[in-house]
Amino acid sequence: MINNLLVCSLILLILSILANIYRLVKGPSAPDRIQALDALGINMIAGVAIFSVLLRNTGFFEVILLIGILSFIGTIAFARFIERGVVIERKQSD
Amino acid sequence: MSANNLIELLSVFLILIGTIFSFLSSFGLIRLPDVYTRSHAASKSSTMGVLFILVGTFVFFIVEGFFNIRLFLGIFFVFLTSPVASHVIVRSAYRSKVKLADVTIQDELKDALEREKLEVK
Repeated sequence: MINNLLVCSLILLILSILANIYRLVKGPSAPDRIQALDALGINMIAGVAIFSVLLRNTGFFEVILLIGILSFIGTIAFARFIERGVVIERKQSD
Repeated sequence: MSANNLIELLSVFLILIGTIFSFLSSFGLIRLPDVYTRSHAASKSSTMGVLFILVGTFVFFIVEGFFNIRLFLGIFFVFLTSPVASHVIVRSAYRSKVKLADVTIQDELKDALEREKLEVK
């Protein structure tokens, strides 16, 4: 029963990841693609959590934390790059 | 023993509810017309979905006898950073002049930004 429910939720998750990939490929502007990447990272976190319940294994929790941090930093860096043209700002000496 | 099984079933139902949330958010990501409305769908319900899933996992492993602080930290981090990330994306989209959808009625930020520019001059 439990395993069947988990497999059902994995299938739903695969469908939503496919929707994200569609938006990632088709998205008309760059912020669309960044948004799709962000949602993809969050869905990947969800997938790893469901796998850890399915396998009854607690070793995947580091992966959850790591994917969360990397996805957040990547999103912030991309957004800064689009807004200003640079990732890290330096003070102009004048 | 049966109480434990019941709580496990409950946590798996939490996971299922979370996946349904993120499935609906992906529908929004496909069908809505522009970046700003899509950000509404993506950030709100996707954060909600992943929170349900992670809390379900947390409860499941508490019943099994493991309390893991890393998973709790992951829940906290996702809850904190996901709205910030979507805010930054929409801000950069508006500043890099991505067009609004044709059905948009009102754009209050445009007037505010123009007023700010005039005051600076």
